Amino acid sequence: MPFLELKNVSKSYGTADKKTEVLRDVNLSIEEGEFVAIVGYSGAGKTTLISMIAGLLKPDTGTVKLRGELITEPSPERGMVFQNYSLLPWLTVAENVALAVDQVFPQWTADQRRAQVDKYLAMVNLTPARGKLPRELSGGMRQRVSVARALAAEPKILLLDEPLGALDALTRATLQDEIVRIWEQDRRTIVLITNDVDEGIMTAARIIPLSAGPGATLGPSVAVDIARPRDRKTLNSNPDFKHVRKQVISYLLGPGGRQKTMVKRKLTLPDLLPEDLNQPRTLFGATRQPRRRSEEKLESLEIA
Amino acid sequence: MNELIAMAAPRTRRNYLELSQLNKTYPSPKGPAVIVNDFNLDIAEGEFVTLIGHSGCGKSTVLSMVAGLTDATAGGLVLAGKELTGPGPDRGVVFQSPSLLPWLTARENVMLGVDQVFYTATKSERLQIAEYYLSVVGLVDAMDKRPAELSQGMRQRVGIARAFALSPKMLLLDEPFGMLDSLTRYELQAVLLDLWRRQRTTALMVTHDVDEALYLSDRIVCMTDGPEAEVGDIVEVPFPRPRDRVAVMEHPEYYRLRERLIEFLEIHAHHKRRVPFPKPAGPESESKATAA
Repeated sequence: MPFLELKNVSKSYGTADKKTEVLRDVNLSIEEGEFVAIVGYSGAGKTTLISMIAGLLKPDTGTVKLRGELITEPSPERGMVFQNYSLLPWLTVAENVALAVDQVFPQWTADQRRAQVDKYLAMVNLTPARGKLPRELSGGMRQRVSVARALAAEPKILLLDEPLGALDALTRATLQDEIVRIWEQDRRTIVLITNDVDEGIMTAARIIPLSAGPGATLGPSVAVDIARPRDRKTLNSNPDFKHVRKQVISYLLGPGGRQKTMVKRKLTLPDLLPEDLNQPRTLFGATRQPRRRSEEKLESLEIA
Repeated sequence: MNELIAMAAPRTRRNYLELSQLNKTYPSPKGPAVIVNDFNLDIAEGEFVTLIGHSGCGKSTVLSMVAGLTDATAGGLVLAGKELTGPGPDRGVVFQSPSLLPWLTARENVMLGVDQVFYTATKSERLQIAEYYLSVVGLVDAMDKRPAELSQGMRQRVGIARAFALSPKMLLLDEPFGMLDSLTRYELQAVLLDLWRRQRTTALMVTHDVDEALYLSDRIVCMTDGPEAEVGDIVEVPFPRPRDRVAVMEHPEYYRLRERLIEFLEIHAHHKRRVPFPKPAGPESESKATAA
């Protein structure tokens, strides 16, 4: 029995007469301890998908099961990290993490809970910043707090919804390595949502592309058999890297990943030369005349 | 399409844009700060050249000088045999954020420039020009929408159409896709390349995305880190055109060039950090120790 299983999941938004189908017939199964990345376009329904796993949304049809049990509501056994960090601005770093620990482990003594907070703050390298408020931290550090908070509740599965989307390339690379290190330490199941193919390849053990919406669905999953630690510099000469990258990108850009509506339409492009605006507009009282040769062109156009 | 390329072929001039001994110095309390020093570059007509380098290395300064938005402190800029002074519609600029006027529709935003540059043409011809370019960038059904109703990617499509619609002598792109997510970026790169192939407009782009540079350009100019940035390394991109992304990535040279560019950027990133570099997260080095 798979650890996490989605079967024939569909989800639409809107009322009956103006319905938008977001996800259609999504099937996914993930084993315990696996690190899976789901890569897709913005607006394709990635967040809808992960919200259903988290229990924040219910599917219209189909089932979402964790260890055979139907997911109906959010629970601390599924930890979630959002792109916008979602920290409480008036609490310090340690208090933000403690909030989760106090909720999930009310039966523990105060010392045990404090030790739990310290352990996970140390895991994300934030011990020196424990007394700071979120606004005193950089984006990367705030996201670490958010990761520590999710981990400290000891979830069975960690759901990361574009956690590094708002960060610059250098911080992003550092945090990617950090997420991998944390995963290697305790082998918790991780589902990472991202729109960056390279981020998936750097971190995950398996990449599943999500086609563009409406009616998005998961494409064929691609195993990433690249030895860890994965080094950004030497990856360029690694044949596995090239292979995985090509497979994922060609699915996402190909007919399966992108449903483009194309129309043929006749368009006229008047062949006019731009006027030099430094020249006077009239010459001896006469207005300038353009040179023209209108061309009809048959174009294949993509409908947005 | 073939005729278009054939038409474009004979009019190639080797030094369409000439930048010679370009220098940009700002006065600062600690004395003059040299941002760009002795920058020389010639671009042929119809060529697509990319400037690549770290943030703050001065690549955008070079682009602004070509656009005429900042004056060069010393050195000369010549486009098609004419010295450049100040901005003008002969150079179309696509900025990182599309800077559309929010109260105008996509069509009106494009028409704004078209009305100026093609003032001798009839109203209907000017509309045809705007609609042609908006259609080609994939906005057939969105011409009457205002920027607020468009996604970030669609707004940038309007920005691209607006620049091309003026038939500029030169196209200047300042990290045009920097704000987009990586898959939307792929799509817009294809849109840009498709339009560029029709027009063969000479283009100068600034980016720090290595894949983007390789996919789009004929020549990549690596800039050393500022202050006093200059041309470091020039990479010729051999992939045949028209380019298809997957085919480009399979080209035997692709990953070799990618590695070379990334290495160049890394060397200069480290060179910069020899100067004491404030570490945002102190225990970073510890994390490496625990990982090892």
